[in-house]
Amino acid sequence: MSALLKINDLRIEGRRNTRAAFTAIVKGVSLELARGEVLALIGESGAGKSTIAVASMGYAKPGCRFSGGEVIFDGTSVLDLTLEQKRQMRGARISYVAQSAAASFNASLRLDDQITEVSLAHGIGTRAEAEERMVDLARRMQLPDPENIVRKYPHQVSGGQLQRLMAVMAMNAVPDLLVLDEPTTALDVTTQVEVLAAFKDTIQHSGAAAIYVTHDLAVVAQVADKIKVLLGGETVEDGTTEQILHDPKEDYTKKLMAAVRPPPKRTGEGAGSREAGAEAVVSVRNVDAGYGRKIDGSIAVQVLHDVSVEVPRGSAVGVIGESGCGKSTLARVISGLLPAASGQLLLDGADLAGNVKDRTREDLRRVQIVMQMPDTSFNPLTTVGKALERPLEFYLEMPPEARRKRVAELLEMVDLPAEFANRRPQALSGGQKQRVNLARALAAEPEVILCDEVTSALDTVVGAQIIELLKKLQAETNVTFVFISHDLSTVASFADRVVVLYAGRVAEQGPTAQILQPPYHPYTALLLHSVPEMRQGWLEEIRATESTQLAAASVVEIGATGCPFHKRCPMAVKGTCDTTKPPVRALLNDHRITCHLEVAQLG
Amino acid sequence: MTDATAARSWHLPDLGFLGWLSVAILVFWTFVCLFAPWLAPYEESTILTDQSFSSDERMLLGSDYLGRDVFSRLIYGARLTLGLALAATVFAFVVGVTLGFVAGIMGGTVDDVMSRINDAFVSFPSIMLALILVSAFGSSLWLLMLTIGFIEATRVYRIARSLAQNIMVMDFVEVSRARGESIWWILKNEILPNAFIPLSTDFGLRFTYSILLLSSLSFLGLGVQPPFSDWGSMVKENMAALNYILFFGFQVALAPILPAVCIFSVTLANNLLVDWNLSRSQKDISSELIG
Repeated sequence: MSALLKINDLRIEGRRNTRAAFTAIVKGVSLELARGEVLALIGESGAGKSTIAVASMGYAKPGCRFSGGEVIFDGTSVLDLTLEQKRQMRGARISYVAQSAAASFNASLRLDDQITEVSLAHGIGTRAEAEERMVDLARRMQLPDPENIVRKYPHQVSGGQLQRLMAVMAMNAVPDLLVLDEPTTALDVTTQVEVLAAFKDTIQHSGAAAIYVTHDLAVVAQVADKIKVLLGGETVEDGTTEQILHDPKEDYTKKLMAAVRPPPKRTGEGAGSREAGAEAVVSVRNVDAGYGRKIDGSIAVQVLHDVSVEVPRGSAVGVIGESGCGKSTLARVISGLLPAASGQLLLDGADLAGNVKDRTREDLRRVQIVMQMPDTSFNPLTTVGKALERPLEFYLEMPPEARRKRVAELLEMVDLPAEFANRRPQALSGGQKQRVNLARALAAEPEVILCDEVTSALDTVVGAQIIELLKKLQAETNVTFVFISHDLSTVASFADRVVVLYAGRVAEQGPTAQILQPPYHPYTALLLHSVPEMRQGWLEEIRATESTQLAAASVVEIGATGCPFHKRCPMAVKGTCDTTKPPVRALLNDHRITCHLEVAQLG
Repeated sequence: MTDATAARSWHLPDLGFLGWLSVAILVFWTFVCLFAPWLAPYEESTILTDQSFSSDERMLLGSDYLGRDVFSRLIYGARLTLGLALAATVFAFVVGVTLGFVAGIMGGTVDDVMSRINDAFVSFPSIMLALILVSAFGSSLWLLMLTIGFIEATRVYRIARSLAQNIMVMDFVEVSRARGESIWWILKNEILPNAFIPLSTDFGLRFTYSILLLSSLSFLGLGVQPPFSDWGSMVKENMAALNYILFFGFQVALAPILPAVCIFSVTLANNLLVDWNLSRSQKDISSELIG
């Protein structure tokens, strides 16, 4: 069978601005893809994955240009086509699914109008036919109520549903080739399972070929037939999924594989060593918090409900849960950015004011926060050195000379060269920025550092390095970490205790080793087995389980009566779980599960 | 990745032909404003002849409707037009940016009250609001400056407020707030520097609008009062000359047309520079997409 897409020795160069010189981004990459095949492009950010993927549509991103090679799609040389000819091909024969569905839909048009637009614009059949294909695809994508969900507006459906609807849009014109650019990276693990399965079914059914761009090897294992490993715009290794997963030839591929942390339930690593008997440095007691105020002074949107968490000194406490469960809100409450509506905060047993404005400078110094997005955490006009000097000046009142010396030490602590002090944040990579971010928190010589999803904006390899750095810093400084993440494997590799949040309530908390083993809260169980495993066939197995199917049927709802999880819980007891607030069941080592079921029933 | 030190080394900006032409025009008018008494051959209100719109070897560009030297009046008019517009724009920025930042940072009720009051003013077309204020309070040079400054301040307020709001929710401001920094420190170190480029672009546009608003007021007879005149009132007072073109040839129309050309040259130059500034910052944004 001849190849549908053939790329020979593709070269692309780019430049940062009109004054800069062009530098090579893609340096001679070749690939072949037949109908019905799924090829995964993997590698760190900056490897040229997306650039190569969109090149198959004859598209170069702004500031980039093709400098060599050829792209043959179904016998046509794509790079030689005129813009008009490319437009005829794009959408109709090759279509694109972007990382962020939310940014790819027009918020003020109904979904069905946007989905069928591609077919109609290319004159592929009538509107009725396009609608028929749309509903058919929506059903295949396992969207609930396919006839009606497409009549909604983008904000009326959940993120995972929107991502699937975007695939429906991309496939509505029956393309021969799909380009999927990290389509599940922004999703929670539970949602990711559904979306992956839907993509896989639909691609197989339609007989289209697909290029799947991702940095997540576990995801690749589920969907891809072939894998191409890229580094710095060059091919490192080509092979079938099976061969790359089980028998990688190149060192770089092995390194990538090593950066994928094994699913947490297999290991009992890292847990519980530092916390036994230590007194709490931060205590959160019965906190209610949320956003906005109603006229009567109550919270308009309540996020946290009666949350109590103890953070033992010198430990690392992981906070996990899907998006919308209140993880970041908890960090903002502890940091004082969002004063709690009710409840108490204690720092070392003493009252801690709820609002930054009311805290003493000393209290402020002792609790530091590190934000999620490395790109927006720094004032773009301030050098790294100045950003690091400010806490030294503000909290420790160091003279300028001592500050500069300390900045160099801080940079060394986070494994960065001292010259970085003169750079601006834009000149740093995501991982480097996150290191500076940590250094800025460390500058205050705090007792507690709140890390809000510090690795989620980074790719796997860089994220793993940051976790190593956190471990090293904890050993060196004995600082306490509150580590927020939606990635259970990351938390499990690092935290001594884990707090599982669901819909703003603590579902379960306890030492990591105990959280990862039965008995667990049904929600913890769902999170645990939704983490993709790096082997083929995992997706099919997991999809067959009852808990996954139930979990997919609804989404996190804040403010439900009874147990917030009952709609998605395979073990829910009718008449109890949906009406009554569940009790807290205490187990060994301060392990608590909030559930109606007896501990013996929680398998 | 660009090296920070290399990027900071200074070089002439790449303005292109139109950009440099704009700079030349603005430098020229600044020079004229500063040295008006030395450049103008006569006082602006000296009547040199009893002939309206006549050409005279003493007067480079002929006389106006009262027989005054058009050339001298254009030079003094530049001073009034540009000086007044600049003063009004500076006033608009001091008031608008201060109040806009306060509203953007405080939020809540303070913002609601301030913004709704501001909306009431913005909902009037600016020329109408100016006419009302000038008829109510008069049109001395000070009052004209304050009137135009006030009207433009309502526009500046909205931009400053939304800039402050956008910057306040950036993570780096959250970090500063969590550190316990005072609102003044955040304003000075985080908000003002990051709002500077968009505000400077708006300053250019606002200056143009001020010139046009002042000229419109003067053209309607409610702006600068005789014997002084800015370019707008020169167009108005010499408009009758347009009726004489058929009888005396085109040169009689210089008196009303030249001030209009002056207004045009300044506003065009200003707009071209603003466009260049905008396209430059957009290039910086689009370059972030690479990589």
